[in-house]
Amino acid sequence: MKELVTYLVSGIALGSSFALIGSGFVVVHRVTRVVNFAQGSIAVVGGMLSATLLGGRLPHGVAEPAAVAICGVVGLTVGFLALGRRGTPPLISLIVTLGVSMLISAAIIWLWGQDPVSPPGLDGSATLLGATVERQRLLVVGATVLAFAALALFFSRSYVGKALTASASNPFAARMVGIDVRRMGLLAFALAGMLGGLAGVLVAPTNAVSFYSDLPLALSGFAAAVFGGLVSPLRTLVGGLGLGIAGQLTAGYLNGSYQTEVALLLMLVIMIARSSTFVHEEAK
Amino acid sequence: MLHIDDLVVRYGSAVAIDGLSLHVEAGEMVALVGPNGAGKSTLINTVTGLLSPASGSVRCEGRVAQVPEGRQMFADMTVEDNLLLGGWSIRNRDLSEVFDLLPDLAGMRRRKAGRLSGGQQQMVAVGRALMARPDLLAIDELSLGLAPLVVAELAGHLRVLNRERGTAVLLVEQEVGLAFDVCARACVLEAGRVVASGPSASVAKSDAVRRAYFGDLGQEEAGQATMTEAVT
Repeated sequence: MKELVTYLVSGIALGSSFALIGSGFVVVHRVTRVVNFAQGSIAVVGGMLSATLLGGRLPHGVAEPAAVAICGVVGLTVGFLALGRRGTPPLISLIVTLGVSMLISAAIIWLWGQDPVSPPGLDGSATLLGATVERQRLLVVGATVLAFAALALFFSRSYVGKALTASASNPFAARMVGIDVRRMGLLAFALAGMLGGLAGVLVAPTNAVSFYSDLPLALSGFAAAVFGGLVSPLRTLVGGLGLGIAGQLTAGYLNGSYQTEVALLLMLVIMIARSSTFVHEEAK
Repeated sequence: MLHIDDLVVRYGSAVAIDGLSLHVEAGEMVALVGPNGAGKSTLINTVTGLLSPASGSVRCEGRVAQVPEGRQMFADMTVEDNLLLGGWSIRNRDLSEVFDLLPDLAGMRRRKAGRLSGGQQQMVAVGRALMARPDLLAIDELSLGLAPLVVAELAGHLRVLNRERGTAVLLVEQEVGLAFDVCARACVLEAGRVVASGPSASVAKSDAVRRAYFGDLGQEEAGQATMTEAVT
């Protein structure tokens, strides 16, 4: 039982980071119809940056938000490159994000080397249902809940958030009322960068990240986003948590090296199961 | 207040507007009628800046807002949010003026726009455009898919808007009877050009309207009979 609780909590924590990365995919796709495959690389940059900033004597609580903010700027830059000129087809933008992802990986090797990096996180552990759980993992879950609540409030209450939703709902009408849809797309990329960066900052203390962590993180985040139909942050959260738990249970009871394969398999199952929903949502 | 001179608009190599000139005075209500493909919607979309001219000029002394063809709601958002976003360009979030003119909207402000009837959606589209406090309201197909009673109510709102606030109206309308009834002046478009223009009552009797809607049938009497039905 203790073992199961440990796997569940670490699965929820890992799944939370997948959900954050996945919600970045959703935010960008809703507004621009672009699948931003640089999301995984930005998460790695977030983890690396927080390690560097903490190593540079910045205190906890300052280094992490700074890393997230810088990732927002990285996301914005990816957006500028991917969206290019007005009228760039989403497929071309997707390919650009893949290229940018490779560039970011090269930059990570150049700046931080090839070895995995794990910044210091929250020390100590707590007892939950008789099982010992690292406090950092509980922090990941709490921060994710807060991030999703803030995201929901931003989209439903703020004027800019509503303009983003409007741009996603009906780009023609959005342009007609004077909303700059391209600028909204760039804002979505910046927001996605921050979400990816937050995932990296949160996950790196318990799961060291390196330049080759980008693909597993991007795939897992994308699988979570696919569960949300690439439109729903809430369903993406559910998808991410399911994926994280499945991965940790696989690692705990079977073999840890199968985690990525589990993510891929679940993504395939979800895509096949939800293909009719995608067609319907695309038609809308 | 609206000055369009020698306007040419193209979709690739196809010419949609071909050297069109049109002037609308402040507080004037002008109807644009013509057959499908005449360039009416293209003209409206160019006036509101959604399309760019290939040549010529469009100059407006004041704000322009559009009520688009097919309503174009933000379907998953509430009526209130749709209205608020209408004021995006001038950051206007005061709904009271719109509710004064269209009181029915206040009662449906929390409802999702996508779940409203066609007439209610058209009212939201008008209200959303009014949130930009326009000097010129460009309306594309006010009556499309709506019951006559609903259309009459909306037309009444337009008249009040024009009379009380002096808002100019550029009305694209397939229902020529409605267009000539609401607007004092009318222009007939054909193949991207103005082929007739003047007081609505005169334009209604012109050959240009008959030709625009019925073509050269060579059955003038039959055409005249049908036109009379269309414009009355």
